[in-house]
Amino acid sequence: MAILAVNDLSASYGGERVLGPLSLSLASGERVALVGRSGAGKSTLLSLLYDEAESGTAYMPQDLGLVDTLSVFHNVYMGQLDRHTTLYSLCNLLFPLKKPRGEVQGILDRLGLGDKLREPAGELSGGQRQRVAVARALYQQGSLLLADEPVSALDGPLARRVMAALTEAYPTSVIALHDVELALAFSDRIIGIQDGHIALDEPSARLTAADLQPLY
Amino acid sequence: MLRSRTGLTTLAFIGVALACLPFSDLAITTLNPWQELQRLLYGLVTPDLTATNELFTAFTRTLAYAFTGVALGAVIGFLLTTLFSSRLVRAFCAFIRSIHEIFWALIFLQCFGIHPLSGVLAIAIPFAGIFAKVYSEIIDEADPLPARAAPKNTRRLLRYFFTQVPEAWPHLRTYTAYRLECGLRSSAILGFIGLPTLGFHLEAAFSQGYYSQVGALLLVFYVLIATMRLWLRPRLVPVYLLAAPFFLGEGLPIIWGNVTRFVTQDIVPRPLREGEGWEGLQPWLTEILANQALPGIWNTLLLTQMALVATGVLALLAFPLISTHFTGPVRRTSGHVLLVIARSTPEYMLAYLLLQLWGPSMLPAVVALALHNGGIIGHLVGRMSDEVPLRKGAPIGFNRYAWELVPRVYPPFLAFLFYRWEIIMRETAILGILGITTLGFYVEGAIQEIRFDRAMVLILITALLNIGVDALSRRIRAWLRLRTRPTCEA
Repeated sequence: MAILAVNDLSASYGGERVLGPLSLSLASGERVALVGRSGAGKSTLLSLLYDEAESGTAYMPQDLGLVDTLSVFHNVYMGQLDRHTTLYSLCNLLFPLKKPRGEVQGILDRLGLGDKLREPAGELSGGQRQRVAVARALYQQGSLLLADEPVSALDGPLARRVMAALTEAYPTSVIALHDVELALAFSDRIIGIQDGHIALDEPSARLTAADLQPLY
Repeated sequence: MLRSRTGLTTLAFIGVALACLPFSDLAITTLNPWQELQRLLYGLVTPDLTATNELFTAFTRTLAYAFTGVALGAVIGFLLTTLFSSRLVRAFCAFIRSIHEIFWALIFLQCFGIHPLSGVLAIAIPFAGIFAKVYSEIIDEADPLPARAAPKNTRRLLRYFFTQVPEAWPHLRTYTAYRLECGLRSSAILGFIGLPTLGFHLEAAFSQGYYSQVGALLLVFYVLIATMRLWLRPRLVPVYLLAAPFFLGEGLPIIWGNVTRFVTQDIVPRPLREGEGWEGLQPWLTEILANQALPGIWNTLLLTQMALVATGVLALLAFPLISTHFTGPVRRTSGHVLLVIARSTPEYMLAYLLLQLWGPSMLPAVVALALHNGGIIGHLVGRMSDEVPLRKGAPIGFNRYAWELVPRVYPPFLAFLFYRWEIIMRETAILGILGITTLGFYVEGAIQEIRFDRAMVLILITALLNIGVDALSRRIRAWLRLRTRPTCEA
């Protein structure tokens, strides 16, 4: 069953076509890795997919979309802004309540950010900020994840741990990755983008790192 | 010069100002103006700080009115930003901010009498209009990405409070602190129309010729504003806010009957009140227009245009005083002191002082407006000139000023000047209360004759004039392609 399907999707920037037209269908339970050279159109595709997606979709843009002046707690809490009443959320904005605080703390512990709950997001390092955005996606617990290079600032083992956490929480996902090894390890379908078009669309099991080289 | 838009605009405005001169009364009428000025300067260097009790009350009141009024205005203005996409709300805000604090105070004094509520509302209402506008502009500039990353079904209000407002928060805070300085000036001059703030004591000391007391009041005021950065700490703000209402003083009790009468009878145009209906209204309005509004508008425009050009000239002359491109730390420090004095003295207070010294004419008003506004713009342009990188071996002295700096800072300078055009006009109207025949003169006259209906019509006309000039200034700025963030409006 398709959870997201787009037909003849295209995008232009300054009069020049940067993406498509392309069509794409995503079945429930599919974990897609989006690969390709930088500038190939992966971010544009993810952003357009997010426009088409239903509510309950978590979106993690490359620039993360964190609010630097707010604490890590608030940034993660934002993942569930659609689930609570306005009053409850405003209370949490002013004085974080115990229950959400505990839940957020649990997620941060798993990502190695246990001591950062109260720190403003703007004062963290690049890798820490990336994990805060991951924590927000994990806290959101939606049905579909669209993530753009979610682990680009993390080193090997940590990147794997974070990818494992994301793919475990979201059985259906489209994740743009520039690391070919990670892409093969954490997906069951790989879509290669070249000059704004789909150049490759295969099950991961049939591919090796060498097959993906021509895309770069 | 005629080829460039900025040059053309500059020449046009100078031409208009020169054309205003023959129609304006710019005489010095006092017999010994320089002797008075000497006595005032002597008072400034021999300040009498012995009346500590009175000084203390004057300042706590001034601070309390400013804090309460600005805080109330900030809260209302902030809440209004959530509705600012509505055209009606935008027009409402434009309207309430086009009426000067002093006019609001004159209205509220008739309602509530000499009561803290009059002063606090007089500051809070126009400030709310300004806050709503500037806050919205600041919040609109926030990064839209966090709002997009929030879950799709998030309510608009939550998106607003969780992403856009926190993003803009540091800028909102800076701007609010800046407006507090404006609020302090507004609070101080409310004393001139009877509220118990600084202006009240200043006027009393002046009229009795106690120049040393005048000196003390002015000096403490300058120190207060110049040291704001030291005492206005983010952590102390809640303390100030909680304490402020307790230092407003008691005032006279509010007579609610007066309030009702003012709203339901006093401000209703006389022909309507006396049952003459719309037919009586027309001659009544024509009479006000012909005998009061038109002469008032004419003089307001004359004074505004002359003051605008004088402000520009002064600002261009003053900015090298603080620019780091000209040598001498000592000269620069004294330049800073001069500009702080010029910009922290409210133009109303300056005009009052100069009127006492030179007698009633447009001259003291032009000089007061030019000193205050020229001080502000000179300060901003001076700081901007520091960011101009000069090549090695750039000319020095006057050549550096005329060839390297002025051409580069001229566009932002014009932006600041046009931005202050409406503010200068608001002030010009107010200076009428001191006896110069601008619109404020006729408003004050109508109030003294207890014809509040007339006063209201004249205040409305003043507001419309301000809105018109604001719109014109926006057009000119767009035509000149000028963009500069506003700083202080009052």
